[in-house]
Amino acid sequence: MIWNAFLLAIREIRRNLMRSILTMLGIIIGVAAVVTMVTVGNGATAKIAKEISTLGSNLLMVRPGQHFGPGRGNSNAKAFTMDDVKAIKQDVSSIIAVAPTATASVTAVFGNNNWTTTVVGSDNDYFTTGNWTLSSGRFFSNAELKAGKTSCIIGQTIIKQLFPDLRSPESVVGQNIRLKTFSCHIIGVLDSKGQSMMGNDQDDTIVMPIKTVQRRLIGDQDVKMIRISVKPNIDTGVVNRAITLLLRDRRHLSDREKNDFSVLDTREITKALTGSTKVMTMLLGAVAAVSLIVGGIGIMNIMLVSVTERTREIGIRMAIGALEREVLLQFLVEAVVLSSLGGIIGIILAILASAGLSHVMSVPYILDFDMMGIAFAFSAMVGVVFGYFPARNAARLNPIDALRHE
Amino acid sequence: MTAAEPLEQTSGKEAPLIAFENITKTYGQGASAFTALKGVNFQIDAGEFVAIMGPSGSGKSTVMNTLGCLDTPTSGHYYFQGVAVETLTHDQRAILRRHYLGFVFQGFNLLARTSAIENVELPLLYRGMKTAERREEARKALALVGLDGWENHAPSELSGGQQQRVAIARALVTHPKVLLADEPTGNLDTQRSKEIMELLTQLNQELGITVIMVTHESEMAAYASRLIHFVDGLVETDMPQSERAG
Repeated sequence: MIWNAFLLAIREIRRNLMRSILTMLGIIIGVAAVVTMVTVGNGATAKIAKEISTLGSNLLMVRPGQHFGPGRGNSNAKAFTMDDVKAIKQDVSSIIAVAPTATASVTAVFGNNNWTTTVVGSDNDYFTTGNWTLSSGRFFSNAELKAGKTSCIIGQTIIKQLFPDLRSPESVVGQNIRLKTFSCHIIGVLDSKGQSMMGNDQDDTIVMPIKTVQRRLIGDQDVKMIRISVKPNIDTGVVNRAITLLLRDRRHLSDREKNDFSVLDTREITKALTGSTKVMTMLLGAVAAVSLIVGGIGIMNIMLVSVTERTREIGIRMAIGALEREVLLQFLVEAVVLSSLGGIIGIILAILASAGLSHVMSVPYILDFDMMGIAFAFSAMVGVVFGYFPARNAARLNPIDALRHE
Repeated sequence: MTAAEPLEQTSGKEAPLIAFENITKTYGQGASAFTALKGVNFQIDAGEFVAIMGPSGSGKSTVMNTLGCLDTPTSGHYYFQGVAVETLTHDQRAILRRHYLGFVFQGFNLLARTSAIENVELPLLYRGMKTAERREEARKALALVGLDGWENHAPSELSGGQQQRVAIARALVTHPKVLLADEPTGNLDTQRSKEIMELLTQLNQELGITVIMVTHESEMAAYASRLIHFVDGLVETDMPQSERAG
């Protein structure tokens, strides 16, 4: 009986090809729009999450002053010391790496080329906290760190600016560049990270042992910022509180005083940014859902307009001995086939369109099968409701009333 | 009763094929109610060719629709092979139509944009017959009404007479006991009408199919062996054709 109904339904679709195509068109456009929007939106979210992860995952950044970011907050706030760093390493659990940093803006010179850049003084933990990897050379040795040797590890932009004629980046290892009054021995080259979220070039950097930077470039013993990597799957909030308590104690703050330092949690930034793109995706999806609903109304109109013709047809079928349920099953199968076909074509179109859009917008291409399922189910439901219920009403008539339907 | 086991012939040979007992039919309710049948009684035996005549509004089409189980009477009893049709369910009546009745309508009622052979095989599809067998039966039925070679034409490509032949083939393809024809020549010219009537006569005499036909043209009624005349929802005269002529 199902096979029979299927056969009748296919015959019916072929017989009313134009109507069938129009019916499907609404579903195709609706499904394609929803799935495309959501796919591209998810790609954008993923892109932002990835960009944040280049900043360092599970990263806490501790700075003196009450505000983080431009303005530097309270300039009276004391800088940290290497002892603070040691204390954090010893007393706070669930951390992988603690990197003290001190930065200075310096013009680097090689031959006739010069380039003003930021020199970061730190230790090997800096590379862990920033997800940095080496493309060639090596990290600092303990001796270099302890003695404050003039060794440096440079980013890709520095190579481009100081060694424009160079073919292979490896060959810069072993060269010497000049910073201010001293010459600096290149021991390693960092892999490229590209632009950061804020738009600055993360590869425009030179890393040196913190002692070297403090002594030779800045002239004090201050640690300007501490970067802390927390173990994966550990709540950064807990670590954040432990560090805050430790530092308050070390900086002798009374209970009434506010923190004179601030802790920034990259996971919080990630949450905020991905949250906003998720909202955006939902908004786009909602707009596209409207087109799905409009498509549904299109189907409804076509089905209702054709109901006169179909009611007579149901009358004919019943006069020649079709059972009510046979007629209904045929219409149900017809509606399901049409809307499923429309849904599948819509999803295929969406896969192609979102592949193109993702490429143009250079966001990752992530297919959301849940969304496809929802769009598909909705289109099927629309088809069934508007294809089936008018038919059910017709099939309940006396055959003669259906035959006479005008 | 299911699709697989058609109506049992309960009362043996004594029961007439069709019996109407005091059938009434009222359309609408209250002041606007219209009584189309006011207590109709008649019997039809297997193998008869009956013409039902009468002026418009006399209830002849209502009788036809009731006979075909397309419509239900308001009161009275309709026995088909001894079975009271009014006690059957919607589906049981559909199965009765499927196995025993064939319909020919004034307006042909073919499915549009569907080839002649597909129209004809439709009743067999509902019977669940296999494709090859179905095609063969439909082809035979079309040949019987003189339409071999026209199998793949849609109704819109056929003349009125040809369309009515397709409709007759569709009614015949299930080998029904009774062929019900409601003004089968109403939309046709004289020549086509004659051909259709000759076809119906041939089916009645050669295949033994009981033919019941509504018409308002006495030329067409003349082909029948028995004439029932309706006036105002009642049987006025009911007699064999020979008596009428005499």
